[in-house]
This record gives sequence, C-alpha cells and structure tokens, in this order.
Amino acid sequence: MAILELENVSKHFGAIQAVNDVSLTLERGEVVGLMGDNGAGKSTLVKVIAGDFRPSHGAMRMEGRELVLHKPIEAQQHGIEIVHQDLALCDNLTAAANVFLGREMRTGPGPFKILDYASMYRRAGEIFTELKSETRPRDLVRQMSGGQRQAVAIARTRLSQAKIILMDEPTAAISVRQVAEVLSLIQRLRDGGIAIVLISHRMPDVFAVSDRIVVLRRGRKVADKPIARSSPEEVTGLITGAIDNAI
Amino acid sequence: MAIELDVPIQHQEHTWLSWLASRQAFWVFLALIAACIFLTFATNSFATPNNLFNITRNFTFVAVIALGMTIVIITGGIDLSVGSVLCLCSMILAVVMHAGYNIEIGIVAAIGTALLIGAFNGVLIAYVGIPPFVVTLAMLSIARSLAMVASNNTVVFQFGPDHSKLLFLGGGALLFGISNPVIYMIVLALITGFTLRWTRFGRYVFAIGGNEKAAILTGVPVRRVKLAVYMISSLSAGIAGIIETGWLGAVTTNLGAGMELQVIAATVIGGANLAGGVGTAFGALVGSALIEVIRNSLGLLGINAFWQGAFVGAFIIIAVSFEHIRNLRQSD
Repeated sequence: MAILELENVSKHFGAIQAVNDVSLTLERGEVVGLMGDNGAGKSTLVKVIAGDFRPSHGAMRMEGRELVLHKPIEAQQHGIEIVHQDLALCDNLTAAANVFLGREMRTGPGPFKILDYASMYRRAGEIFTELKSETRPRDLVRQMSGGQRQAVAIARTRLSQAKIILMDEPTAAISVRQVAEVLSLIQRLRDGGIAIVLISHRMPDVFAVSDRIVVLRRGRKVADKPIARSSPEEVTGLITGAIDNAI
Repeated sequence: MAIELDVPIQHQEHTWLSWLASRQAFWVFLALIAACIFLTFATNSFATPNNLFNITRNFTFVAVIALGMTIVIITGGIDLSVGSVLCLCSMILAVVMHAGYNIEIGIVAAIGTALLIGAFNGVLIAYVGIPPFVVTLAMLSIARSLAMVASNNTVVFQFGPDHSKLLFLGGGALLFGISNPVIYMIVLALITGFTLRWTRFGRYVFAIGGNEKAAILTGVPVRRVKLAVYMISSLSAGIAGIIETGWLGAVTTNLGAGMELQVIAATVIGGANLAGGVGTAFGALVGSALIEVIRNSLGLLGINAFWQGAFVGAFIIIAVSFEHIRNLRQSD
C-alpha cells in the first residue's frame, strides 16, 4: 500500500492556480525527485502535504486512510516532517539543542523539571551515528559546515520517527563534498524505509538519489516516471515546456 | 559500538580552561579583580570595610536590573523603560505606605505595577509586533510621567507605620554585615543563572535570540516567552526600586533617570550581545560591579568625577572589541 496518495489535488489562491489537479503516490522507502521551474507549484504542493495549506480540491490518503490536515503540527503527528530550505537552526545553540528544540527532554519531580542534558546528548549522538554523520552533539551549529547543518536538520525528523520527509533544496548553497554527504544521508533514510520528497534545482543530485521523478509545470504534473527511464535532457525539456509531457 | 558512540557524545569543543578563556565575562572579571588589587595598594581608603560595603551595595541596584535586561537582550530585544519603571514602582510603594498601609501591601502594589507595565510592553512587542526599542522608549516616558502623577511631583520620605521596616529592608545588614541588597542580588542572580541554563524557558530565550524564525518553525511558543521576558525585566526594575527606596529613605520623581543606559552598559560589558543569543547572569553582575568600581575609584584617586562617563564608555568599547577581535580570528 502506498504510504501517501494524492488524488486530484488542486490549490488556488484567488484566481491563481498554484497546483492544478495533481495525483501522486509515494511508496515506503522511495525517493521522489520533485522538479519544476520557479512558480511551477513545487513549494505549494509540499506545503499542502506538510499541512501548511489545505487543498482547494482533491484528497490525500496516508496508508489508505483519509488524511486531512489543518496545521503543520498535525502533519508531524502523522509522521510527515519537513526540512526547510533555510534549515531553521539556531547558530548559538549546540547540535543537540537544535535537534531537541521545542521537544526538550526533561527530568525531575512534578513541575520542577530541568533540562536533561545527558539524555539529549546521548540521543542526539545516537541519531548522528545512525545517520553516519560526523556531527557531534555538543558542537555549536555556528561552527558547522553546510553538510553538518543539514544533518542536524535531518536529525530532528528522526526524533519523531517520521514516515515521510519533505526536503526543500537540501543541496543548494553547500560545497561539492558536502553535497555527497547530504545525498548519502538521504540514501540512508530511504534504506530505513522512509519515503522522501526531494525538491531540488540541481539535476545531478536528483538523478543521483531519486527512484522516480515528478515534474511540475504551471501547476500541472507533466511527468511521473522512474528515473532510469528518463534523462536530464528530457527533464530539462519538460521543465521549460520544450517537451509537452511525458506521462 | 557503545565506546565508539561515547567519543562523539562526550566530545567537547573546549577544555574547561579554554572555555573560560572564551568568555568575555571571565576577562571582565579579571579586569575587575585587577582594578580592586590596584586600588587596594594605590589608595588608603579602597579596601576599608566601609568602602567595600558601599561599593557592593551601590552596584546591586544596577545589577538586579541588569539580570532582567540580560534575559531581554539574549532574546535580541531591549528594554529602555527600566529606569522609569524603577521610579514608578518606588513611588507606588512610597505613596501606598505613606497613606498608612503596611509594607506588604506596598510591596504587592509595587510588584503588581511592575508586572502590569511589563505585560503592557510584552503584549505590544510580542503580539502586536511593534519593535521593542519603540515600545519601551514610549514606556520610558509614560512610566516617569505616571510617577509624577502618583506623587504630584513631590518627594516622599515618610512611609507610614512600617517606615523602619522598609529602611531595614533596603539599608540593613541581616547576615554577617553584608548589606541586604547584596543578598537579594546574589539570590536573584542564582535564580537567573539557573533558569537560563536548566529550564526549557531559558533554552527558548536563547533560541529566540539565535534565530526567531527557527524557533517559531520548531514550535517554540515565541510570543509567550517574549511576553514573559519583558515582564521579568520590569519585575527586576520593580524589585530594584523597592530596595532602593528602603536604602535612600526617600523617593523623588527623578529616581533612576538615565539608569537604563547604565544597566545596558553593564550588561554589554558583562558579555551580552545586543544582536541576541548571548549573555549570562554572572556577566550582568560583573559588568555592574566594574562600572561601580570605576565610579568609586575615580573619587578615591582624586580624579574629577566628570571623567566617569569617559571611563565607562571606554570599557564598553574595550570589552566588545575584545569579543569582536576574537570572532574575527575564529572565522579566518
């Protein structure tokens, strides 16, 4: 059974049709590369899945059950996590503090609970090890490379045992070596059975890790096929409109 | 496997010595100690019990407010109203006690006033979204005006039936000859330090100062925390006002005028970063103490008191450029 199904989802803002009649399925342990030009509707579609927007039309199903989201926290409760493009990290805090931000572990009797530093360092360390990242729990985020920062943002999604992770441009603005690090993170998440939607402008990255590619143009889905049966040239054509569609 | 994992978990960026060396508050503390040692030998009157009693008591008023200000500054905010709030709370206490009520009622009224003003600031900043600089600048004006209204711009120096209790509260020495205000300050500093390091609230204060947008996205109740932060700041001004009233034995409507700048100076010298995200309770105390020692020593060394501002200003620049240069080196 598909972990997530979108059926004829549309989202319009007034007269603007941001997402138009898009159907999509996402399987467990699958990486779907979501591509399209600026304004093609990628971000809107992801925000619908993350509970930021309610679809104007259409339905979503998660593991076969109807999924109606009113706000982002409900998506999180269903196991849908989003890794934001700007990563939403606090530079002045440690890696562990960032991982647990808003969900701090505490210890102590009754209302006098204090932060449980030891448990948070331990758990964060376990997650980083699991992700095979060299990020260390006590390091300040300020001193980290782009790849390590990405690992911190991804580690957050591991706290909640996410089933679906939506990643918005995870490889933009980081160095080549760090890109490799992030791509291998994505592969490890997939190997753990997590479904991933990868929004990216970087064609080589999408082709390196995706199982399937979905292209949006002006709010409509114009391609949805296994990556093996597509090519960067075809995708470029689909994004720009040189190729009408490939479904 | 367990051992392999322990290495990164236990890994710390610094040994405790290098950690200490990386703290601005530590260097300012050393400067403070050095100044005290110098003054002990350079003057006959610095290290006398009387003078030390005076110094420790004098800086507590600034230090108590600096504790609250530090929390505000860590969130990336500022509170310019503290001097006026101190005056208003003193005046409320004085007027209520002068009218014949006992000291408990006077203190409740003063603390209530402080919390109300803090809540007013906090709501406008956190929920309406007006910049803290603007809101608290307005409150600086409003609170002092209210103090004048409350007292009809007179000096209050008779505090009704509990007059002597109030004077003991602010001017007495309960333990081992340490003046009471110093004890309050130490207790408040310990509470502040504990809150910042060990509570979820403290963690959120730092998170908001580090990246407010990130804090919102991760579900930190940013608006509630900010509201609380401005209430704490006003509360600290109110507490300082009550103590100072007891010490002075009289309240005038220009009490605490310009104090906000002294408090902010102390906070910044103590290592708080006006851009947010950095600051400690210890730093607030050390910064306040240093300013008072400068003030005191100029008098003892026979230097014209008009130089005080120049010395304090120089220290602000020295302390901050120290931090700045260190950061430059790190980023190379």
